[in-house]
Amino acid sequence: MADSHQGVHRHAVSYIDKSREFYAAHGYEAAYRWATNDDAPFTPLTKPLSDCRVAVVTTAYLERPADPAPEATPVLVEATKEPYAAASDPGPQSMFTEDLSWDKEATHTDDVETFLPLNALRHQVEAGRIASVSPRFYGVPTEYSQRRTKADSEIITEWIRADEVDLMVLVPL
Amino acid sequence: MCHQTVSLVARHLEASGIATVVVGSARDIVEQCGVPRFLFTDFPLGNPCGKPGDTDMQSNIVSMALTLAESAVAPRTTVQTPYLWGDDTWREAYMAVDPSKSAEYLAAGEVRRAQQAAAPTRS
Repeated sequence: MADSHQGVHRHAVSYIDKSREFYAAHGYEAAYRWATNDDAPFTPLTKPLSDCRVAVVTTAYLERPADPAPEATPVLVEATKEPYAAASDPGPQSMFTEDLSWDKEATHTDDVETFLPLNALRHQVEAGRIASVSPRFYGVPTEYSQRRTKADSEIITEWIRADEVDLMVLVPL
Repeated sequence: MCHQTVSLVARHLEASGIATVVVGSARDIVEQCGVPRFLFTDFPLGNPCGKPGDTDMQSNIVSMALTLAESAVAPRTTVQTPYLWGDDTWREAYMAVDPSKSAEYLAAGEVRRAQQAAAPTRS
């Protein structure tokens, strides 16, 4: 019986613990204060899923000619990002993710559907499960500053209202 | 940090009357921040919507996110997808700290702090 569960982890990796130990080893004196809330707001869907327009928020960015090579300093890229909205049909074939913290040893982000599921959502439209995919998807800068993320959230909320989106799927790298 | 950012955006959207579901792989960060609905896939960071090239898995994960969106009756609802990455070495390897490299880490930290201090900042 025990063998059938071999290799199955019951506890997810703690990235809060890992990052605390990693940055302490790198000489950062104060541990980052992660956002902590006991409660969360909740808005039920106001219409059947099959009548809903769905959209995606990502932390990845559109590739630009000026994007630095992977070995370049990532900090400069992070610091100059702004929220954006971009066409979802067709969506991008590739995206710039090199400056973000994801597991570059274990996997890759060459298949954008692994973090920007626009095609998968369109298949749900074809199946009649949802009404439509928003004509735009939305990008938000990854920020240490929770104050800046709040301001970015307000910008994205305006775009989402303009696009009459009913349900948001948010996908971090 | 991406997981905290989208979790905060989800909270803002939800408080503004827009339903959300977060699809991610850093369970502790999302749950500590607190979101209305969270679909968790226990994968290395980077592919929360499914393995590269596996369109069936990607389709299933999006379908599960939609199911969660319509079925959750209370905030902080987490659902875990049934998928396993296969090779578990990433769990220990990611951001691993090797005590024998402490001087190397401290030097790298000094460089990064200098870069951060010199970088342009957003208002």
